[in-house]
Amino acid sequence: MRAKTIAMVLAMIVFANTGDLILKRAMAAIGPVELSAAGLARAFIATLVHPSVWLGILALAGCMASYMTALSWADYSYVMPGGALGLVLLTLSAAVFLDEAVPLQRWAGVLLICAGVALVGQTRPSTTHGQPAGGEQ
Amino acid sequence: MSRSVLLVLLMVFSGTGGEMAITHGMKSVGEPEALRPRALAAFFGRALRSGWFWTGLPLVALSFYLLLVLLSWEPVSFVIPMSALGYVVGAFGGKYFLGEEVGPARWIGVALVCAGVALVATA
Repeated sequence: MRAKTIAMVLAMIVFANTGDLILKRAMAAIGPVELSAAGLARAFIATLVHPSVWLGILALAGCMASYMTALSWADYSYVMPGGALGLVLLTLSAAVFLDEAVPLQRWAGVLLICAGVALVGQTRPSTTHGQPAGGEQ
Repeated sequence: MSRSVLLVLLMVFSGTGGEMAITHGMKSVGEPEALRPRALAAFFGRALRSGWFWTGLPLVALSFYLLLVLLSWEPVSFVIPMSALGYVVGAFGGKYFLGEEVGPARWIGVALVCAGVALVATA
């Protein structure tokens, strides 16, 4: 359990959530996409020229980079619960920063999903040969 | 089923399908011989000539565009938790298409994600 690994997992969560919130705001500004060939094409152009969309993509790229870095330092089973915690923080920040109404049932669902994601990470990848560095327990 | 839930399914299947195609392509390409610029360039060159890579990339791009469409319709606190369905599709896809081993703990996790997604979808 190294401080730099924890810092990298936190960076991953911050990048992911910032990116998702920025993209949500950008798409809210662009408006509901119409499900027609013309509507989808119009929205596609609108997203290409919207600076916030690129900012969101940049944040998600930062998330990917810190995720990869964290994985190179620690096991998947150590990094994944961080991703699960990120989902709770995302739901919380959507309520706080974007004023989204989160019904109780959605909260319950998010918590179940988090438990599931954390558990998914507890399986050691079978393609890994030998003992992972660092050891467990 | 609402059109948003259908679109989530399309987003998850194209995203996970694309990642699996890229995974398959990268595994057949092999590891880079060394982490030096030249070896890495040769590795990327091989990856870019793989048909699997070019099958996967458009699928991942489509998935991202569908994420943007969904965000234009629904709260982010709905869309992102729903996208965790990718773990479910990934577990099945990994087992049946890539021949990966999926242990009991992961299956329990997959079941929990399914239950949570069902709650979010119907909230």
